[in-house]
Amino acid sequence: MVKKSLSRIYMALIFIFLYLPIVVLIFLSFNNSKSKVAWGGFTFKWYINCFQSETIMSAFITTIQITLAAAVISTILGTMAAIGISAMRRKSRTIFLGATNIPLLNADIVTGISMMLLFVKFIDLGFITVLIAHITFNIPYVILNVLPKMKEANRYTYEAALDLGATPFYAFYKVTWPEIKPGVFSGFIMAITMSLDDFSITYFTKGAGVNTLSTMLYTELRKGINPELYALSTILFAAVFLLLLVMNFGVGKGKKDQKGGKLA
Amino acid sequence: MNNLKKQLLAGPYLIWIIGFIVLPMIMIMIYAFTNADGAFSLEYLSAITTTTNLNAIALSLKLGFLATLICLVLSYPLAMILSSFNFKHQNFVVFIFMLPMWMNFLLRIMAWKLLLSKNGVFNSVLHTLGLGSFNILYSPTAVILGMVYDYLPFMLLPIYNSMVRIRKDIIEAAQDLGANNITVFFKIIVPLTLSGVVSGIVMVFVPALTSFAVSDILGGGKVLLVGNVIEQDFMQGMQWNAGSALSFVLMIFVFISMALVNQFDKDGEGTAKW
Amino acid sequence: MKKRIISVMLIAAMTFSLFSACGKQENENASSSRETITVLNYGKYLDEDALRTFEEETGITVKYEEYESPEEMYTKYKSGSIDYDVICTSEYMIERLIQENEVNEINFSAFQNYDNVDPTIIDFCGSFDPEHKYTLPYFYGTVGILYNKTMVDESEVQSWDVLWDKKYKNEIIQENSVRDAFMPALSKLGYSINTTDPSELREALDLLIEQKPLVYAYMVDETGDEMIAGNAALAVLYSGEAAYAMDFNDDLAYSVPKEGSNIWIDAWFIPKSCTNQSGAQKFLDFLCRDDIAMLNFDYVYYTSPMLSVLQDQDEDVRNDEVINPSKETLERCEVYKALSEKDSTYYSNLWQELKSTQ
Repeated sequence: MVKKSLSRIYMALIFIFLYLPIVVLIFLSFNNSKSKVAWGGFTFKWYINCFQSETIMSAFITTIQITLAAAVISTILGTMAAIGISAMRRKSRTIFLGATNIPLLNADIVTGISMMLLFVKFIDLGFITVLIAHITFNIPYVILNVLPKMKEANRYTYEAALDLGATPFYAFYKVTWPEIKPGVFSGFIMAITMSLDDFSITYFTKGAGVNTLSTMLYTELRKGINPELYALSTILFAAVFLLLLVMNFGVGKGKKDQKGGKLA
Repeated sequence: MNNLKKQLLAGPYLIWIIGFIVLPMIMIMIYAFTNADGAFSLEYLSAITTTTNLNAIALSLKLGFLATLICLVLSYPLAMILSSFNFKHQNFVVFIFMLPMWMNFLLRIMAWKLLLSKNGVFNSVLHTLGLGSFNILYSPTAVILGMVYDYLPFMLLPIYNSMVRIRKDIIEAAQDLGANNITVFFKIIVPLTLSGVVSGIVMVFVPALTSFAVSDILGGGKVLLVGNVIEQDFMQGMQWNAGSALSFVLMIFVFISMALVNQFDKDGEGTAKW
Repeated sequence: MKKRIISVMLIAAMTFSLFSACGKQENENASSSRETITVLNYGKYLDEDALRTFEEETGITVKYEEYESPEEMYTKYKSGSIDYDVICTSEYMIERLIQENEVNEINFSAFQNYDNVDPTIIDFCGSFDPEHKYTLPYFYGTVGILYNKTMVDESEVQSWDVLWDKKYKNEIIQENSVRDAFMPALSKLGYSINTTDPSELREALDLLIEQKPLVYAYMVDETGDEMIAGNAALAVLYSGEAAYAMDFNDDLAYSVPKEGSNIWIDAWFIPKSCTNQSGAQKFLDFLCRDDIAMLNFDYVYYTSPMLSVLQDQDEDVRNDEVINPSKETLERCEVYKALSEKDSTYYSNLWQELKSTQ
């Protein structure tokens, strides 16, 4: 029993460690006083300012555009690549997987700088360069999610479908797709998470006037106190909380893959 | 024939690899091995040994090591506790501990700034209670704290994953054979979670070693890590060759440590398959 | 059933993304057919409302980007990765860029509001732009010490020495910008703030290394907020940031030490990378307009070279030594001169050495 309460206490301590900063942000987002931590009355004005701030809103929109576009494109490219790789001989497969591992293993700052050095030679930095960079670091996650499913998929059913006169596309859609679909989706989700969270790579590949939430925050944080950002934190936290709650518990149990996903 | 067609599907990705993975790596190498005039030179690679760079590397290693160690010490017991829950609650509890990770890390760092500031939340509370004050904001300690806060889930999750995979009957069998709790822990739980620990270490150590935003914000410009030197070389000093040389060294270092980890972690739960 | 909900959610997300990607495309097309200018400026150095007004009035879209130190601006510009149309920075950086032939002439005769610029200030800009054809002065001011009267006595801040006083351990905020950080040390040593003598700079570095344990943080734009919150006793900062902070906290005061300091001018210029010269000129002309100049002055609080701003100021603001420094103060101060590439690399290596010392 002692052991149990000890472990409860330990859990509670870590819980406090993890959530205290977030609680403080939420609390301060309703605080009427700007520069002091002391309570200065209840207000919604930071929320209103937050929605009216062009800096925050345009960063928000850019983030969504980059994230979704990068996730969709990398899912398509990555799934195609995974299908291709699974049909390869050992040698070329090793080469492909080796290259796939580079952005995974490399430090973000190195990946960011290497791409910047390349882009600067050929094109202006801007929305497109950020998008390319995001697609590049997303693809490996998609491949690593789809590839195991491809291995599990029974290739003979696909060939049987072909023998029975199905077109390759129809056979793929009817036979292979259902088997790899979960991998494709978890790759997609993972790509979204990685894109949303990225700072270093975006920081080095972005152009003037293009800001994702991360790079916008970095600039704003160096300019001093800005309670609109507390409001933003609260909104984002609430959104993430609800979304994850719905995805994990409202929709299906045992979806542990997805949480593991963020990791990768 | 059909196989070949399938392989062609990887074509666009091949082009992508060459264009956006291989070429950028070559660019870094070109800059690292040339001087400002574009001629071949080892000038910048050998500049790694300047006091500034050595200091920065030493500090990065130190902070990275401490952050990783603290994450490990905090996560391991927590993972054990979490894995002991019955399945119904388990998902929810793990979810609670992973949730903060989904919020943008810069916002979480900002929160710590508010907590630690001289007239911040902690000090206000201490002041009200009549207990002095403490100042760790803008110091290496604050940077370690920020890193631990940011990367704790990266350590927790792999350890937890390897922990839940341990089959209860193995432990029961050991106990039936007379093993006490300590023996069970050291002979069964530790060896079976080692691969999770190794992945956790890699996933915390590499970002901690190379980050520049956390040290910039919580270090108050006083803490210069390798990442900060590189960032300044590129964004302020106009010293792209020096920055590339440092990045190149960092890249080699990371790859070598990954190779070592892979060597050690044959059963595949480590880096390659997170 | 449950699986279905997931797929519906994901498909919705995907269509949305395609839709928004298309939206972006349209946007880009729209903006490329519409005029744009890309502006690079210091952080917190222009009222966002002014940008919005400019966009509404002219139909020109402004891509606005901020930076922290002149060295950062130089690097951003020189990397050539972004074609900036108009940039605001400090005099010594402009001088360097003029020397490097990176600056376009501005056709001031096309301006409607150029008369608003104080001729004495234009004269003053002669130190880095002798023919007055490359730059438009934006704001000027001094560097000094902002101190908290409850913690520091006025008599102490008459000298830079106070920044090395051990009793203010962890109470000092230093400038996080190479030259502004070296300036107090050089002044204290009695050297010119424009020295390029390696041994003099070394000496200054040693002083700064000695100071580092006393420093609470190195900052630029955050300094004001930290001082308002009472997190430090002393800060090296620019006069306008000081005036802003003093507005929020009555305990704060500003001093320009007797050893002398830096007087700086920030000015706009049109770089060679400019792709829309007329748009850039319109923007600069717009900044000289009475109402816009006043709007920006109220936002940044530095000394404005615009005549209308000086006229419209309240009596107490006009006599405020911080916002409008006296002649006597200005005489103690020196303007930064441009550094050669070699010297600035030397400077930035010393700077990194300081930062890396524990």
